[in-house]
Amino acid sequence: MRDASELWLLLLACGAATYLWRGLGVLLSGRINPQSAMFEWVSCVAYALVAGLIARIIVIPSGLLGQTALMDRLLACAVAFIAYRLARRNMFVGLISGVAFFIGAGYVRTVIV
Amino acid sequence: MIPQHRRAFGIGAREALGVPAAVLGAGFLGYGSLAADAGYSIWMTLAATFAIWALPGQLVLMEMQAGDAAVAATVLAVSLSAARFFPMTLTLMPVMRDGGSKRPIWQFLLAAQLVSMTTWAVAMRRFNDPDLKDLESRWHYFLGFSAVCIGSAALFAMIGQLLLVALPPLARYGLALLTPLYFFVTLVGEAQSRSAFTALVCGAATALALHTVAPGWSLLGAGFIGGTAAFLLQRKHARRV
Repeated sequence: MRDASELWLLLLACGAATYLWRGLGVLLSGRINPQSAMFEWVSCVAYALVAGLIARIIVIPSGLLGQTALMDRLLACAVAFIAYRLARRNMFVGLISGVAFFIGAGYVRTVIV
Repeated sequence: MIPQHRRAFGIGAREALGVPAAVLGAGFLGYGSLAADAGYSIWMTLAATFAIWALPGQLVLMEMQAGDAAVAATVLAVSLSAARFFPMTLTLMPVMRDGGSKRPIWQFLLAAQLVSMTTWAVAMRRFNDPDLKDLESRWHYFLGFSAVCIGSAALFAMIGQLLLVALPPLARYGLALLTPLYFFVTLVGEAQSRSAFTALVCGAATALALHTVAPGWSLLGAGFIGGTAAFLLQRKHARRV
């Protein structure tokens, strides 16, 4: 673990690095084609990176989620997605179903063990 | 503010207050709980929300910080996760500025910090409507809409942070899973094309495979390998059509 001031500096650097894209978009607006190949590639990279992040948090989480069963986390994802699609893409139905399943599964495990 | 502008600000704020603020709120409720679990102070959670204002980037930062990843790798990964903002502001600015806005550019540079997936999508759709024809109304609508979105995110992040400590263990686990679930559903739901699906699968597989070898670099690896694979597939497909 780093000390607090380092964490704040890192946070500010990340804020600036995120702003870069927003600011560049303002400055280059009208002068650059948003459909260029370079840009397509960067947005694919962003998508895959976030996919990697979520996979990591779900499969090999640190902290609190690390104390739960992998199978429960994976099934909760499946339940959330199926409920979301059945409810015609309603995010709340998906989230509530997934979380409810996850808590229920955790409870069943405490009773059985 | 002249009454017409105050009205546009109010319309923006009201329209954000329904589903947009609630969906964002759910994502940030989970974020707050993960932040508490990662040892963030409430100030750090709020600062990350305001300074980055992009949930994926905030999660990348938290995840890589927890794994003690290299500073350069962390900043690069957070930045890349936000690359979608570039085409977003690129396409938003013409509809907010062109046609003789008297506002100086620095105001637009400040407003760019407010851009998020939600605010962008709604602005692009709403700015075609007759009640938001003039640029000043659009400006105030955008500020009103964004203010409620950021306010809701900050509020729910704080609630999530406080709730995590107060809840019984099982409910705590449920709260901590909220944001990962939110992203899982969004990502899988969005992966309509074959290339998006490739990015999803390759990104996830690379992140997990690299985790054992080089955890600090696994997210960047996932982005570069999964993203490039998806990009090449997309190109190949586009050429054939």
